[in-house]
Amino acid sequence: MDLYEYQGKDLFRRVGIPVSDGRLATTAEEAREAAEELGGPVVVKAQVLTGGRGKAGGVKLAEDPTDAEAKAHDILGLDINGHVVRMLWIEPASDIEREYYLSVTFDRGAKKPLFMFTTQGGVEIEQVAEESPDALVRLHVDPLEGFQPWVARRLVYGGGVEDPSEQKQIAAIVEKLYRVFVEFDAMLCEINPLIVTPEGEVKALDSKFTVDDNALYAHPEIAEMRDNAAADPLETFAREKGVTYVKLDGEVGVLANGAGLGMSTVDVVAHAGGRPANFCDLGGGGSAEGVVDALEVITRDEQVRSIFFNIFGGITRCDEVARGILAALERLDMSRYPIVVRLDGTNAEEGRQILADAGRENIHPEATMLDGARRAVELAGAA
Amino acid sequence: MAIILDNDTRLVVAGLTGSEGRFHGLRNRAYGTNLVAGVTPGKGGQDVEGVPVFDTVADAVSEAGANTSLIFVPARFAVDAIYEAVDAGIDTVICITEHIPAHDMLRAYTYFRGQGTTMIGPNCPGVLSPGKANAGIIPAEIFSEGSVGLVSRSGTLTYQIGHELTQLGLGNSTIVGIGGDPVVGSSFVDVIAKFEADEQTELIVLVGEIGGDEEEKAAAYVAAHVTKPVLAYIAGFSAPPGKTMGHAGAIISGSSGTAQGKKEALEARGIEVGTTPTEVAQMVATRLR
Repeated sequence: MDLYEYQGKDLFRRVGIPVSDGRLATTAEEAREAAEELGGPVVVKAQVLTGGRGKAGGVKLAEDPTDAEAKAHDILGLDINGHVVRMLWIEPASDIEREYYLSVTFDRGAKKPLFMFTTQGGVEIEQVAEESPDALVRLHVDPLEGFQPWVARRLVYGGGVEDPSEQKQIAAIVEKLYRVFVEFDAMLCEINPLIVTPEGEVKALDSKFTVDDNALYAHPEIAEMRDNAAADPLETFAREKGVTYVKLDGEVGVLANGAGLGMSTVDVVAHAGGRPANFCDLGGGGSAEGVVDALEVITRDEQVRSIFFNIFGGITRCDEVARGILAALERLDMSRYPIVVRLDGTNAEEGRQILADAGRENIHPEATMLDGARRAVELAGAA
Repeated sequence: MAIILDNDTRLVVAGLTGSEGRFHGLRNRAYGTNLVAGVTPGKGGQDVEGVPVFDTVADAVSEAGANTSLIFVPARFAVDAIYEAVDAGIDTVICITEHIPAHDMLRAYTYFRGQGTTMIGPNCPGVLSPGKANAGIIPAEIFSEGSVGLVSRSGTLTYQIGHELTQLGLGNSTIVGIGGDPVVGSSFVDVIAKFEADEQTELIVLVGEIGGDEEEKAAAYVAAHVTKPVLAYIAGFSAPPGKTMGHAGAIISGSSGTAQGKKEALEARGIEVGTTPTEVAQMVATRLR
């Protein structure tokens, strides 16, 4: 789960990483009030879960409250990479002497947290890594050893920070960043830029923060930060229904049991010349009720023209899936969808029989995954 | 011989008295696996269909001679169960549990790798050595004994490929589901090394998916260390970046972890990659004939 800048900064503040005091605004009026409270020039920053805000015109300096209101008016409603701006973060404008970069990420390849630091901040880190790799200090932390002060020293000295006060402040931020990374089960904590003001004060001017979805049960206050209004409404509906669903851009609705088989089914539909509408994993259980929920999610996508069930029963029982399909036909308006069903594995014979006995015209049984995909693609074209 | 599980396996199920643990544990026993014990704190002294239940894994080791632990307990207790098994001297730990936080698993990984324990999973279907032993949720009836070593990040996709192999008259030495999480106990490389050393295995099939770089590492390892033929399948060519596709580990981050990138890395090392599960099975059949 990705956090907004202001949410990440809130977590930074909790562990003592210096950030500016700011206000959240959802209207131009609120932005003006925030600027009044803060006093002096402010920065109006779009809160969106995507990069490239600055270039898209989502970050603007405002001289006074009236200007803040005008800038907020410009930014609200802006579409940044498909994300519509509905929230703004207003904070006092900071004077910037230097811009650095600091992050800690979950390096699954090395199976260790990875710190990255460079004094060439304020630009994309990938660019620094490519153009001047020597300027980027990379350092892994042993997860059992945890943070030790030498880690911060290696980063600060290795990065070439010369001012003793800066060295000390950055080292303290490194320690706190590791603490927030572990405490909140983060997959990524990034400060870009980490600035030095003309007065020599080091602080985080931005935050990028991603928390492990599997750890949200341990952090209910972070789980509550999720902004459902910003998410794809179909994916939000799927989450509420407990259905694992990712929307794609096509016409063939896909349901499979298991993530790997689900991804493979989507690929095979594409291989058969079709365009998959979604990825949907019924999960290991695949109860009749789960099937109904999944179909309800999939058919909310108006692009869908045909549906392909690809089930390989293990724990999932094919007879249960067949009952779910019939229950969905009773409860949802499914008449316009041809449904191709391929059942194999546990109780496949019973499942096929249940569907055959029901004698529904829009159910098309197929014997193999490949034939099923071809048929579903063909029927999507005809529908 | 097969790998990880064989006729010497003495299985203890953590969570045997729970509904999942009981169902699958007994199913594994019915297959012929030597299920020697269950562990549920507070239920020591009871039994499940004649299988003794102990309070601790240490008791299961000392009193029932358990050497392999199969973990079915819920996510928030699973990491504790992994440490307990490792510290009780269990050789092989197989964890089926899904949704374990990545940081918890990272610390556990760093610990048990230092102890020399073989760990499979979490978020995996388990391990099956056809004709010998089954530990986990893999439906054994769709696989037969043979010479193909199968290692996969997925469950049902593995069943699909195993089913296609069976229909072509081919069997497996061992099927290993390594799991779909960002950090798993054994990587492709770990399992491929075991298959390379296993007499029964003649050919290895790697079933990968988007996310991470374990397929790329496996490609380099195979080129340097493996004499047996290796074939591959990768799922997720149509997956969009930044979306978790069912498995916590199945996510394309920026431009890394794509199916196309993995396919190219494998092919660059001479490992053929099938376009569909059916094609992979046919490629295996061609190689073995």
